[in-house]
Amino acid sequence: MTSQDPVIKKIDQMAQRMRKKALELAFSAGNNGAHIGSGLSIIEITAVLYGGVMKVDPQNPRWADRDRFILSKGHGTLGYYTALSEAGLISFDELSSFEKNGGFLPGQPVMNMDKGIEFSSGSLGHGLSLGVGVALAGKKRGRDYKVYVLMGDGECNEGTVWEAAMAAKHYKLSNLVAIIDANDLQSDGSRQDIMAADYEAIWKGFGWNVETIDGHNTQTLYETLVKVNSTEYPRVIIAKTVKGKGISFMEGNNEWHHNRLTKNQYDAALSELST
Amino acid sequence: MMPINPTNARFWSKLGQRGTFGITMLELGRDIDDLVVLTADLCSTSGLDRFRSQFPEKFFNIGIAEQNLLGISAGLAKEGYIVFATSFANFAVMRSYEHVRLNMGYMGFNIKLVGLGSGFAMGMFGNTHYGIEDVALMRAIPGLCILSPSDCTEVMKATIAAANHNGPVYLRLTGTINNPIVNKEDYHFEIGKAISLKSGSEVTIIATGTMVYHALVAAEILESRGISTAVINMHTIKPLDTDAITTACNTSKFIVTVEEHSNIGGLGGAVAEYLCSTPSAPPQLIVGMPDTFQMAGDYQYLLEQNGLTSSQIAQKIVDYIDH
Repeated sequence: MTSQDPVIKKIDQMAQRMRKKALELAFSAGNNGAHIGSGLSIIEITAVLYGGVMKVDPQNPRWADRDRFILSKGHGTLGYYTALSEAGLISFDELSSFEKNGGFLPGQPVMNMDKGIEFSSGSLGHGLSLGVGVALAGKKRGRDYKVYVLMGDGECNEGTVWEAAMAAKHYKLSNLVAIIDANDLQSDGSRQDIMAADYEAIWKGFGWNVETIDGHNTQTLYETLVKVNSTEYPRVIIAKTVKGKGISFMEGNNEWHHNRLTKNQYDAALSELST
Repeated sequence: MMPINPTNARFWSKLGQRGTFGITMLELGRDIDDLVVLTADLCSTSGLDRFRSQFPEKFFNIGIAEQNLLGISAGLAKEGYIVFATSFANFAVMRSYEHVRLNMGYMGFNIKLVGLGSGFAMGMFGNTHYGIEDVALMRAIPGLCILSPSDCTEVMKATIAAANHNGPVYLRLTGTINNPIVNKEDYHFEIGKAISLKSGSEVTIIATGTMVYHALVAAEILESRGISTAVINMHTIKPLDTDAITTACNTSKFIVTVEEHSNIGGLGGAVAEYLCSTPSAPPQLIVGMPDTFQMAGDYQYLLEQNGLTSSQIAQKIVDYIDH
């Protein structure tokens, strides 16, 4: 899936490094385990955002006009911290403190503006409301930043997502972009078995601009995310992904929702990425 | 701000705590550029109709969605706004509890959550609308400041203090219209500093919210029966003014807490937690609501049912001392 487009090529290389780093961090977490499946499913999304779409300045993480990213599905840290590291907001040394006692990079994010982490998250269903508030503030202050909120498809079981969806449309938050990591799996199994819902129809019903795309195709992700929103309503991108993407024995296998990696598994996973 | 004098105190009293809150917000709206007010479909009930019409750009009605109210408030607060968010105390605190915990506690955003009609003020609305556990819940969240004004004058003082306080505040409004008056003249109000309203040598009543007035009347009844009684207005439940409690321990034989809240976890609980680590502390009587849901009634009926009228408070104290 390598592209001739230099921007996309750069993003693809970044995603490849992030995937390796995510596995390294998961392995280093030992018996604490990590949310590996979900971390891997969002990697192309965060790589495209931090590698080509979002305005961020690692020298000035509080830059008033920066784009804001909210990891509402807080358990996606492996795909988040690695992107922040690639963007120059977290150093490699700091990254190695992942899931270390008392460290600032636990399994779910802790607000840390020095490191570009806008909010603490982990409890599902909170991020979109936060995003509505931040987007509302942007409109009110006349700033042109965009607000990206990454949620899980399972997360959309939460009622607060829909309270926020209603408000975002009501307040015409065209500066707000929700991205659904639609990997079709949640903690207890298939989303279709647990709480089947036609998200495309529901988001449309809430008045959002809805696009469903391949969440691992960096070219498509990039072209979709850089598009100018010419409407006055928010956008939601349903990114079809594969949980555990990139590692054959993890793909679509919910045992890797949260798990620990043995040395053999780690080596096997890495060998797949180097081929 | 309107001057504090007996005439204005009577005017505010007629409006009740919610109406006085609305008037105060009108003044703050003029003074503070970065102030915004959010409500969950309770604009009029919050006394905010005039605020909405005068400052439409500073007002957001989030609809009947209290959790979203807290989330959007947090997003705005993160971007530098001083956010006041209003709903009935039970919804503001209980429906939104995890959102309060994460946004006001864990992330410490500068949100002033205003709990309307707490205690028994909602009368015939019944238990779904009573605020009888809100203090217990809010006290358990690290970093929150809890203000519980004694009367309408103090609502004005506490609202201004909350706006100027850089951090999360829960402002608990109690009582109905014709809110009893405690403060007729101007005085110094400071978050975390209790106010001694009356001195006495045998009993110290520590009261909060609308119960401060009833505690003062109860103290008069006790004095008439020869029991010297002090009264403290504990308008800030968290952080608790432990210096004031220590002083009360040194000057009184009995400590009594009075509140329009469950006997579990409210002001009584806060004082008890402090007293149990204070050597030779006097015994404490907690006067509040028993641990049960009751049948609905009007405000006065509910105070009587729960032994929270002045004469009932005085009698409870006499019985406790005699016991």
